[in-house]
Amino acid sequence: MRDGYGSMVHWKSKRNTFGGFVLRDETKIGMHAGVMDVLSLSRLQFALTAGFHYLYPPLSIGLGVGLVVIEGLWLKTGRPIYHQMARFWTKVFALTFAIGVATGIVLEFEFGTNWATYSRYVGDVFGSALAAEGIFAFFLESGFLAVLLFGWDKVSRGMHFFATCMVCLGAHFSAVWIVVANSWQQTPAGYMIEQTALGPRAVITDFWAMVFNPSSMERLSHVVCGAWQAGAFLIISVSAFYLLRRKHEEFAKASMKVGLGAAVVASILQIVTGHQSALGVIRNQPVKMAAFEGHYETGELPIYAFGWVDEASETVRGLAVPRAVSRTMLGKAGSTAKGLREFPPEDRPRVNLTFQFYHLMVGVGMALMAVALAGSFLCWRGALSRSRWLLWIMVFSVLGPQIANQTGWFAAEMGRQPWVVYGLLRTSDGLSAVVKADAVLTSLILFTLVYLLLFAVFVHLLNEKIRHGPDPSDMKPGGKLASGGRADL
Amino acid sequence: MNFPDWLDLNLVWFVLVGVLFTGYALLDGFDLGVGALHLFTRTDPHRRLMLNSIGPVWDGNEVWLVTGGGALFAAFPVVYATVFSGFYLALILLLVALIFRAVAIEFRSKQPMAWWRRMWDVGFAAGSVLSSFLLGVAMGNIAWGMPLDERGEFAGTFLGLLHPYALLVGVTAVALFMMHGAIYVVMKTEGDLQAQARQWVRPTMIFFILCYAVTTMATLLYAPHMAARMRANPWLFTIALANVLAIANIPREIHHGRDFRAFLSSGCAMIALMMLFGLGLFPNLVPSNPDPIRSLTAYNASSSPKTLGIMLTIAIIGVPAVLAYTVSIYWIFRGKVKLDRMSY
Ligand code: HDD
Ligand code: HEM
Ligand code: HEM
Repeated sequence: MRDGYGSMVHWKSKRNTFGGFVLRDETKIGMHAGVMDVLSLSRLQFALTAGFHYLYPPLSIGLGVGLVVIEGLWLKTGRPIYHQMARFWTKVFALTFAIGVATGIVLEFEFGTNWATYSRYVGDVFGSALAAEGIFAFFLESGFLAVLLFGWDKVSRGMHFFATCMVCLGAHFSAVWIVVANSWQQTPAGYMIEQTALGPRAVITDFWAMVFNPSSMERLSHVVCGAWQAGAFLIISVSAFYLLRRKHEEFAKASMKVGLGAAVVASILQIVTGHQSALGVIRNQPVKMAAFEGHYETGELPIYAFGWVDEASETVRGLAVPRAVSRTMLGKAGSTAKGLREFPPEDRPRVNLTFQFYHLMVGVGMALMAVALAGSFLCWRGALSRSRWLLWIMVFSVLGPQIANQTGWFAAEMGRQPWVVYGLLRTSDGLSAVVKADAVLTSLILFTLVYLLLFAVFVHLLNEKIRHGPDPSDMKPGGKLASGGRADL
Repeated sequence: MNFPDWLDLNLVWFVLVGVLFTGYALLDGFDLGVGALHLFTRTDPHRRLMLNSIGPVWDGNEVWLVTGGGALFAAFPVVYATVFSGFYLALILLLVALIFRAVAIEFRSKQPMAWWRRMWDVGFAAGSVLSSFLLGVAMGNIAWGMPLDERGEFAGTFLGLLHPYALLVGVTAVALFMMHGAIYVVMKTEGDLQAQARQWVRPTMIFFILCYAVTTMATLLYAPHMAARMRANPWLFTIALANVLAIANIPREIHHGRDFRAFLSSGCAMIALMMLFGLGLFPNLVPSNPDPIRSLTAYNASSSPKTLGIMLTIAIIGVPAVLAYTVSIYWIFRGKVKLDRMSY
């Protein structure tokens, strides 16, 4: 038997008693034999590099929307404070964007370096989405970014605003194509399997069926809302910090309003799209949903607020929401959900970990909505600056979307295991045949060190920017912007 | 979109992937070169000017590589898989080098401390030189041919990739980008820095011409398959001739102070080089050495005709837009760089 189950369940465990564990001879290296094979190392590396990349794009996407709103307000009202805000948030945007770009290239190449067999298998389908991302999204983004960052004094206000909109649009396009590609792995559609001299591969039969595969739209909307939340709560957090310190108050109040507005909309939509995703998972990937809720016996699906799955005894201890609530929320889909016992052990993901990630995301999502609503209410009543406790929560709320975004991806991706392409190709069969464990270990260590450095520098510079605050000189636009009034819109 | 049957989609994609990588060499070539020359300037304002000369465009330039990689994945997945997994460690190094470059530009001028700036300057220069070199080594290996097994998998070792021919092409790439970068700096700056950059043009050119001559000789002697098509079709020598003329034109233009034309010349030389490379290679994408029968070609390593067609539709919609805003961005940021408060 050749599968990834053994190594997957005991990803980091020292026990090594599974028959299916030794996949290929070359997956072992002397010093770590059996504990860290090519498969585990490659998965760890992908998780690390994708997770690290995904700290930044949500901020760029979310701040992109923020910049469009702020600059739009400036054009409409002409109030200098909006110009100052646009300048300040542009600088933060530039910082997140740079690291997003630097770390994105790694992912793009990693499919080929570590998952060569997978790449040959899916290239026909998956490659086109990736290439479309380059042509439609990255060029748009990077081109207009130049104007957004460096064009303040070179182009008119209207042109600058247009560039900002294009950067924002480009950032959303990159989400579109990459999520489409990923969703195809989760719920393949519009393809057939063809035998070639070099092995089987998936071939497109219907492009639009591939793009609009059963999960792509609900996942895309969910991911995009998550990104808006990331941007909105960053703005909220910095503004709350200034309000607490009684610094830059005009700036903080105006930013806070923009942030709260976006946060309320995105947080409510996030619950809706998350719910939609959950219904989709029940339909398309029943094992994954069973793992999300630790659901072993086929029958009515429970919804847990939190819990702990004991995988040995196949039981969950935790707090489930009342039957009536879960019945109305999941409707018919939940009443007949398949349990994990219907699937052979080698087809199940790691249950408890997936369960925890999923519930952390949902829990944080609820909390974020509460913060956004409470903040908006107090802001509307004019009492926000006095509610120091809420302001302090807001300062830390920036972590919320980051945690939820990370755990959401981890749940979605780990819940897909042991398949790299759901139901078609096992993760263990997708590896590069020629890459040895010591090479992957080397690259893993290298990436870990480089990313730690980048992260430290990023946090340091962001902190400096926030401490420095908005520039008073930005209250007056310079260059062409100063003369270019509203007439040249 | 439906394409007529006579259209050889595999050939079209061979050319398009070539165009993307040529675009990359032309554009990122100069900012890699600027990086390689970066440490030769001593003063902080000069270094900032050099960074800001590429500031608005380097990211867009790098997208050519990203899109080239994506197009390779989509059109020739087998090549993408074999080359990237075969070059594993070299590619990881390339990625780390590109990361350092990217963030060094962004981070460098955020702090005034001398050690901070020096650290990122070194990171930027080292990242640039290493990326140029590794890209060249990869091209050298492709030209030389790679050991492949019967499943089309790479059958060599990491150290095996570093044979003298590949190293030679690597050094040539560094030289070429330095020359291209030096001309770019001349074009984008004024005053002291420009005078200094003018002095870089000659040595980098000589360095490049030497490397180029040696590489050409080595190719004719040791990788004759790369010249087979030229020998069969002598009119192709016009491309080689155009290449030599373009290079010879550079010092003339620089001498007359027509910097933009010098830059165009060096661009034309690069295009001609890439054409020669593509012509030598076709239909192979990865020639197998020693066993030519196992070579990965534009025909046996491609995606299905349907996907190639879909991708061509995407390219027909996307590429004109890309060219349009690439040109507009360069237009908006034409002229000499100045430092202002949004600068790095
Ligand atoms: C378009 C494809 C795609 C996209 C958009 C993402 N991933 Fe992914 N991910 C993969 C394609 C993929 C993969 C190549 O298919 C992997 C590698 C091994 C595997 O099983 O799936 C994978 C594995 C993988 C794993 C390891 C799962 C395991 O081994 O148990 C984690 C934790 C993530 N990814 C996390 C992320 C995050 C945080 C993303 C957000 C940016 C993300 N992925 C986007
Ligand atoms: C594994 C999958 C992914 C790959 C291969 C990938 C690839 C890339 C690459 C190559 C870049 C740099 C582009 C440039 O040079 O300008 C990039 C940047 C970016 N990516 Fe990803 N990416 C992945 C996941 C995601 C996801 C899931 C999202 C959003 C939902 C996303 C959104 C972005 C955005 C917005 C940028 C621009 C830089 C930034 O905003 O920080 N990416 N990505
Ligand atoms: C509050 C209720 C929420 C529910 C019910 C919910 C539900 C879900 C479900 C079912 C999935 C898995 C989809 C799949 O595997 O196909 C998912 C994934 C994900 N969630 Fe949530 N979610 C919620 C909140 C959030 C929040 C607040 C964020 C971020 C700010 C977030 C970010 C993500 C991300 C990034 C993914 C991975 C991408 C995807 O698979 O769609 N979620 N969510």
